[in-house]
Amino acid sequence: MQSTSKNFKANSTKALADPNLQQALGKMKVGFVEKRAKARAALPEFDALRDQARDIKNHTLANIDYYLETYEAAVQKSGGVVHWARDAAEARQVVLDICAEEKAKSVTKGKSMVSEEIALNAALEAAGYEVVETDLGEYIIQIRGEAPSHIIAPAVHVLKEQVADDFRKKHLHLDPKRSLMERKELISEARGVLRQKYLDSDVGITGANFLIAETGTSVIVTNEGNGDLTQTLPRVHIVIASMEKIVPTLDDASAILRVLARSATGQEFSAYTTFSTGPKKAADPDGPEAYHVILLDNGRTEMLGTEFEDMLRCIRCGACMNHCPVYGSVGGHAYGWVYPGPMGAVLTPSFIGVAEGGHLPNASTFCGRCQDVCPMRIPLPKMMRAYRRKEFEAGLAPPAARFGLDIWGFVAKRPSLYRLATRMAIGLMGWRGRKEGRFKSLPLASGWTDHRDMAAPAGKTFQDMWDKRQGARSAKDLEREAAR
Amino acid sequence: MVDKNSPTIVSENKPITVGLFVTCLVDLFRPRIGFAAVELLERAGCQVAVPKAQTCCGQPAYNSGDNAHARAVAANLIDAFDGFDYVVAPSGSCAGMIREHIPELFADDPILADKAVALGRKTHELTSFLVDVMGMPTAVAAYQGTVTYHDSCSGLRELGVKDQPRRLLKGVDGLTLTELPSSEVCCGFGGTFCVKYPEISNKMVSEKTSAIADTGADTLLAGDLGCLLNMAGKMSREGRPIRAFHVAEILAGMGDGPAIGEAGEDLSAFADGQEG
Repeated sequence: MQSTSKNFKANSTKALADPNLQQALGKMKVGFVEKRAKARAALPEFDALRDQARDIKNHTLANIDYYLETYEAAVQKSGGVVHWARDAAEARQVVLDICAEEKAKSVTKGKSMVSEEIALNAALEAAGYEVVETDLGEYIIQIRGEAPSHIIAPAVHVLKEQVADDFRKKHLHLDPKRSLMERKELISEARGVLRQKYLDSDVGITGANFLIAETGTSVIVTNEGNGDLTQTLPRVHIVIASMEKIVPTLDDASAILRVLARSATGQEFSAYTTFSTGPKKAADPDGPEAYHVILLDNGRTEMLGTEFEDMLRCIRCGACMNHCPVYGSVGGHAYGWVYPGPMGAVLTPSFIGVAEGGHLPNASTFCGRCQDVCPMRIPLPKMMRAYRRKEFEAGLAPPAARFGLDIWGFVAKRPSLYRLATRMAIGLMGWRGRKEGRFKSLPLASGWTDHRDMAAPAGKTFQDMWDKRQGARSAKDLEREAAR
Repeated sequence: MVDKNSPTIVSENKPITVGLFVTCLVDLFRPRIGFAAVELLERAGCQVAVPKAQTCCGQPAYNSGDNAHARAVAANLIDAFDGFDYVVAPSGSCAGMIREHIPELFADDPILADKAVALGRKTHELTSFLVDVMGMPTAVAAYQGTVTYHDSCSGLRELGVKDQPRRLLKGVDGLTLTELPSSEVCCGFGGTFCVKYPEISNKMVSEKTSAIADTGADTLLAGDLGCLLNMAGKMSREGRPIRAFHVAEILAGMGDGPAIGEAGEDLSAFADGQEG
C-alpha cells in the first residue's frame, strides 16, 4: 500500500473538514470506550490477566525461533504447508503461486490487516482473480475503493446512509423501492450477495489472531461468521499471518483471548472464535482440501531485541485508537498507511521508515491513554518518543524546531542567562498584554492564537517576585530581632 | 506523615524542607500559582525554598527527541535541587518528567544515574504531596462558585493524581464540584503538540470546552498551567463566561484574584510577603 503518512497534516485538515467523517467519529468515540469500560469493570482480575498476557508474549518473543519451528512442524504433521515470507513481495508471490497452481478463479477473504500490509487485493486483481472481501466493513470499503480506517471496524468512517448509496450503485439487481434505511436491511442485502460468493470461491484467505505452536492451529475471532465460511467452503484455505502471532500453547491463546474481545469491542468473547488445524481429515464432513500458512516477517525480526520489541506483543485489538483523542479527531485514513492510531505511530516508522512515517509518532500529546488501555501493556508513548529521538538524530526534524531547541537549550542550561532572558521577554509581553489580560494574536505563535487567546503574562517572573519577598521577609525578621 | 516510598529520612524535630520547582510556565506566565503553592506548603508545615538555579524540567527537548539538550537541562535541575527532603511542583506534567523520565535519561550515566533516581523519588506533584506525603486532610479556604475539574494527563496517568485535589477541594467553603464527564480525556495541549498540529489541537480543545460548558460550572480548575492556558484561551476566544484557575490558587484562598487571561494582575502584595 502506497503510504501518504508524509502528508499527515494535509490529510488531517481534510479529515477535520469532512462532516460525515466527523459525525461517524463522534459516534465511535463514545461507543467503544463505554463498552470496554463496562467489560473491564465486570472482570476484577482484568489487570492480572493483562500481566499474564504480557508475560506470555514476552516469553514467546524471547524464544520465537523455537516456537515458530515447533509450529511449522505441527502444521506439517496435520497435513498443511508453511511458507516463510521475508517481505510483502514474497508473501504476495506465494499467494499468487498457490492460486495459479489451484487454477483458481475466485478468491474470498476474511478480514486481515496483514493482507492490507502486503497490498494483496491489488496483486490478485492485477493477476485476473475476482477478490471478494466477506467482512461487512471490508466489503463496504472494497466497494468504495477505500482502505480500512480502523483495524477492527474498517468502515467506521462511513455512515449507514452512505452504505445504502454504495449498495445501490454496486448491486444492480436491487429494487429501487427496497428500503436500506436500517442496519438490519443493509446486513441482509450484503449477506444475500456474499452467500453465493462463498460457494463459488476456489480459495479462501484469512488472517490469524493467534498461531498455536504446540498444535499447529490458526485462530480467528470474528463477529459475523464470515471467517468460518471463508476458510471452510473453498477448496483451499490460505492463512496469512505475521510471525509475532505465535503463542506456545492452547492455554496461552485462551489466556490472551480473555483480554482481546473485552479490549476491542467490550464483548466478553467475540461471537465466533475458530480454531483451524490443517486441511479436512478423512472423517471431517467439510473443510478445505489444502491448508497453507504464510508466515510474514516484513520488518518484524528487525524489531526483536530493540527498544521496539514490546510492540510485537500487539494483538490488534484497536483499544489504543479507540481511546486516542488524535485518532478520534482525524480518523484512520489521515495516518496514511495500514495501521492508524497509536499502534500505527509505532508500526509505520518501524515498517516503512522514519523518513516516511515520522509525522505519526509526533502527532501525539503523550496523554498516555493508549498505554493505559492496552491489554498487552505496550508502552506506546515511550516508543513514539523513541521514534522522535531517531528522527531528531537522523536530522529529519524540521529545521525551525531544531533551531528553537538549540536556542532554548543554550539558555535553559544557564540559569543566570535564563533569568535575564525570561525577565526581558516576560516584561515586554506583560507590558503589551496587561490591559486586556490576553492576546488575540501574537507574532510567531499563530499556531496558538489562530484558534485561541493567549493569557498575558503578569510581567514579572515568579523568581523576581520571590527575591523581593525574601528581601521583605528578612527585613521584617531584622525589625523583629531589633524590637526584642 | 512521611512518604513510605521516599528514601529521605526526615527527623521528627527538624522541619521538612521542600524545594519548590516553580515550573517555567508558572514562573513566566502566572507567578501567583507559585505563591499559592508556597502558601499551601507552609500551611502543611514545610520549610520552603526556591532554588535560583532552576529553569525547566527539559520536557520540550525530551519530547522532541533532543536528548542531548534534555540531559543538559535536567542535569542543571538535579544540581539545583540537591539537599532538599522533597521537591514539589505545581504541575503533574513536570513532576512526571522528573519522577519518571529524568531517571531514564541518565540510566547509563555513571555519575548522575543514582542522583537522577534519588531526585525522582523525592519529587511530587503539589496536591499529591499535600495529601499523600503530608497527610493534609483537606484545605481551608473559601470560593463562591460551581467548579469543574480537568484531570491533566501526566498527573493522572503517570502519577495517579485524581482523588487528591478533589479531597482538598472538599474543604473549600462555598465551592460545589460538578464533575466533567470527559475529565480524563486530553485537552489537546500536549506541549509543543498544540503548535505543531494546531488544527487537531483545536479540535480537541473545542470538544473539551464544550464539555466544560455542558456541566454548567462557572469555574474550571486543573493542576497544570499548560492545559489551563489552552482551555482558558479557547473559552475566552469562544466568549464563554467561564473562569479558569489553577487548583492551588483556590486551595490557598486566592480565588479573589484575576482568573487566567483576565486583566488586573497585581503582584505587589506577594512581594511584600503580606498574603501569608
